[in-house]
Amino acid sequence: MATAATAPQDGLPETPESVVVRFAGDSGDGMQLTGGQFTLSTALAGNDLATFPDFPAEIRAPQGTLFGVSAFQINFGSREINTAGDAPDVLVAMNPAALKVNLAALKPGGLIIADTGAFTKRNLEKAKYDANPLEDGSLGKFDLLAFDISEKTIEAVKPYGLGNKDALRSKNMWTLGLALWMFDRPRDPIHDWLKSKFKSKPEIADANIAALDAGHAYGETAELAGPLKQVHIDPVPSKPGLYRTVTGAEAVSLGLVAGAQLAELPMFFGGYPITPASAILHHLARLKEFDVTTFQAEDEIAAVCAAIGASYAGSLGVTSSSGPGIALKTEAIGLGIMTELPLVIVNSQRGGPSTGLPTKTEQSDLYQAVYGRNGDAPMPVIAASSPSDAFDVAIEACRIAVQYMTPVMLLTDGYIANAAEPWKVPDPASYTPFPASFLTEKNAQDDEGEGVFLPYKRDAKGARPWVKPGTPGLMHRIGGIEKHELTGNIDYSPDNHQRMTDARKNKIEGIAVPDQEVCLGETSGKLAVVGWGSTYGPIHRAVDNARRKGLDVSHIHVRHIWPMPANLGDLLRSFEHVLVPEMNTGQFKTVLRDQFLVDAVPLTKTSGQPFQIAELEEAIGKYFDGIDGNEGGQVSVNDDQLPHLETGHDDGSLKDQASPQSQEHSS
Amino acid sequence: MNAPVKIETTLKDWETDQEVRWCPGCGDYAILKAVQRTLPQLGADPANTVFISGIGCSSRFPYYVESYGFHTIHGRAPAFATGAKLANPDLDIWLVTGDGDGLSIGGNHLMHVLRRNVNMQIMLFNNEIYGLTKGQASPTSREGTKSPSTPIGSYDHPARPAAFALGAGARFVGRGFDVSKHLPDVLKAAHAHEGAAFIEIFQNCIVYNKDVFNDFAAPKGAEDQQLWLENGKPMLFAKDARGIALNRDTLNLEVVDVVDGDWEAAGVIVHDVTNRSIAHMLVEMPFGPFPMALGVLYDDPRPTFEAAVLAEKAAASAGKEANLAKLLGQGQTWTVDGTAQDPV
Repeated sequence: MATAATAPQDGLPETPESVVVRFAGDSGDGMQLTGGQFTLSTALAGNDLATFPDFPAEIRAPQGTLFGVSAFQINFGSREINTAGDAPDVLVAMNPAALKVNLAALKPGGLIIADTGAFTKRNLEKAKYDANPLEDGSLGKFDLLAFDISEKTIEAVKPYGLGNKDALRSKNMWTLGLALWMFDRPRDPIHDWLKSKFKSKPEIADANIAALDAGHAYGETAELAGPLKQVHIDPVPSKPGLYRTVTGAEAVSLGLVAGAQLAELPMFFGGYPITPASAILHHLARLKEFDVTTFQAEDEIAAVCAAIGASYAGSLGVTSSSGPGIALKTEAIGLGIMTELPLVIVNSQRGGPSTGLPTKTEQSDLYQAVYGRNGDAPMPVIAASSPSDAFDVAIEACRIAVQYMTPVMLLTDGYIANAAEPWKVPDPASYTPFPASFLTEKNAQDDEGEGVFLPYKRDAKGARPWVKPGTPGLMHRIGGIEKHELTGNIDYSPDNHQRMTDARKNKIEGIAVPDQEVCLGETSGKLAVVGWGSTYGPIHRAVDNARRKGLDVSHIHVRHIWPMPANLGDLLRSFEHVLVPEMNTGQFKTVLRDQFLVDAVPLTKTSGQPFQIAELEEAIGKYFDGIDGNEGGQVSVNDDQLPHLETGHDDGSLKDQASPQSQEHSS
Repeated sequence: MNAPVKIETTLKDWETDQEVRWCPGCGDYAILKAVQRTLPQLGADPANTVFISGIGCSSRFPYYVESYGFHTIHGRAPAFATGAKLANPDLDIWLVTGDGDGLSIGGNHLMHVLRRNVNMQIMLFNNEIYGLTKGQASPTSREGTKSPSTPIGSYDHPARPAAFALGAGARFVGRGFDVSKHLPDVLKAAHAHEGAAFIEIFQNCIVYNKDVFNDFAAPKGAEDQQLWLENGKPMLFAKDARGIALNRDTLNLEVVDVVDGDWEAAGVIVHDVTNRSIAHMLVEMPFGPFPMALGVLYDDPRPTFEAAVLAEKAAASAGKEANLAKLLGQGQTWTVDGTAQDPV
């Protein structure tokens, strides 16, 4: 986001604290690749950053249309960056549709870079423009830099003998070259990347490099005149080490692999295609050398059942879906709870109910995760707060599942799954292993001192033993019918059911959960802003901004949704006010009230879009404005916020939402 | 997969200490005994044998077999079994399901486990009724079946389990009935088949659908209505006085009389378990005008799902090192040099 130091009408200062750039074009214009490479150069420059891809729900959207616009937004700066940015400072519009869809979000005084070559009569019509906006003065409140990128690209690549159509494919590299110049970035890493990407087609690599260099050179020569100027952003000091960008979907997949390794178990992943969770299946399908078996089942139910079947046979069973698929898996999850087998269920939440908004983000499956099963069926629930956090959370989910012999729900959402951020690559050796142990001998003695096997005899954690079929002498039967508390034989008796219900509850409530820490601010005071999941970024920045203004506000972010940290109630009670921003109608607020009897006030947003920092700053400000009774409530819908909902015809189609980074990674 | 080690057991070794809770006289008892009699003959190892079931009367089966057992949820047993088999292909898995469990709520999973060809024995106990829920019409109930949910008589057309299985791509289709002395032979053939082996077992529900199979499955006197198929043998029944021929004009099967044992003259065809076209005709053959086709109707193995999964995993892993640190460090990476910047 732009900083307070930026006077909006004056455009970007020469050394802004942070900048938001949005690359937007037709689906075929290669904006995701452009954004991905710009991200790499930003990372190499030492800036902190966050990115978000925003591409059409359509599999092949018609060229030039409003709903065919694909965009990539990056926020980078010399200060810690927590979100992809409320609104762009710079909009690169490769065609009229891209301008139209994204213009409203652009900051006043922001810079538009537009390719006049694509503003043809036909494209203007497709974008539903009556007149050419580049020429009719309608962009007066912005800085406009419009020139024929198409033509300049064709010129630049002419020596390489490409036809016009192929030449125009390098338009994105020309634009990237200009952006590299604008933010004072070296071209070498991109040159290297192009050479390696087009190793087998050196003429294509050369053409793209020529386009990149031409865009860069254009910046240098155009600097003297017009609105284009070079901007420099200082690096953020960071710990030395190896870094990479990572999306939430990648981090969950890697965390699951790491978790299975730490548990010393083969992993079995049962999945069924669903937006936005499919990316996890795709990532894991390519990691077979880590003893990962992936199984695309016939439906969501079969996916979770196969995972439980694999856990039964001694693997770490994992399944993943989004809300509607989780609903289908619910009965089987109940069986996992009843038979006390390890299972990790990843829910990449999207807008609901029903099919809802498949490609948009929401946090509205919290009740489903915590409460949504028949019977008293307690299950641990943990939530990832950012793409990189998803790695640790996935490991934690595996640990709990294996150590406590229970299904565990891991909540992420569409935003986390798709967003990318820098990640200091962790050393796997720094994680404590939690090897699974399988019972191979009888675990009790009868009155005569004969060895007997009791399938439900619990350990200190309340977990029953894990016995692999194939183990001699320990044959036994499990199932969904209530079982005797020791022998595991069918037992409907009242006292047994009471004790088994208690045992299941006590086991989950007894899970060792680290104490809740305050991630920003004091441990008591006027206001605690309490979040969970992907609201971490905007809450953190908003609280940081408020604290810089001197406001007494702290940020608490809860990873362990169920069971909750033991100190959380006392911590919340040490604040005068508790505000809970959520992308739902107040679900976590209800759980907090229920568990701790605290007056948690909801701040809700269900437009399918993440919170903006400004919205949260405003909500925080209401606790310090001297007016009573205006706190919390629903964030009013901001029609200008991106991503727009109207631009996609979301029909629930099952599109891979993998980011360009992940596609590169997996290719 | 390792070659299974033959283990010496007796019928008693396969009995659990649990009291069997089916209704007295239920056909399930006979099937349980047939299975417990068959397992020792197979040299099966109780520690390596897993019975996996769904929900229904038949699905209580695992509790009564001294092996590993998993009583899962309604209709989903094939999915659990697929996961277990992929996690440990050495397990010898028997699936127990019924007409409601396997063809109604679990029809989808049954279809997919068959077409994938996951190596296991699938026993579908067909009693043409919902027993455990007290007698509602099931997907295999005959038209006009009066039940609490169909007081005037059912009007939906029944599913035919063997035809369903073959249509789903099954490579083994067998048939038997609860009290038949031949049932262990069908089970043995199914076990010998590498891949998903489907066995329809007609089972008498003596409470809600008593004796509906008596025309061919009565303990005595129905033998003439049984066509026991044997590979390489002519399709003869009714003490070899009748046989099944292929009418080459209509391309339909027909019943022909065999005079003086000359079945060739009567045009009786020889059973070839690998003939998929004839198998389709046999599973569609209506009882009444025809005898009930029993035994091994079709048996033509092809590579199993788990073998393909294992092979793919091995090929994809070949020459690759499972180095987690290296994996984490892939993608768009850069190094922050501690000497150039202040560590935070």
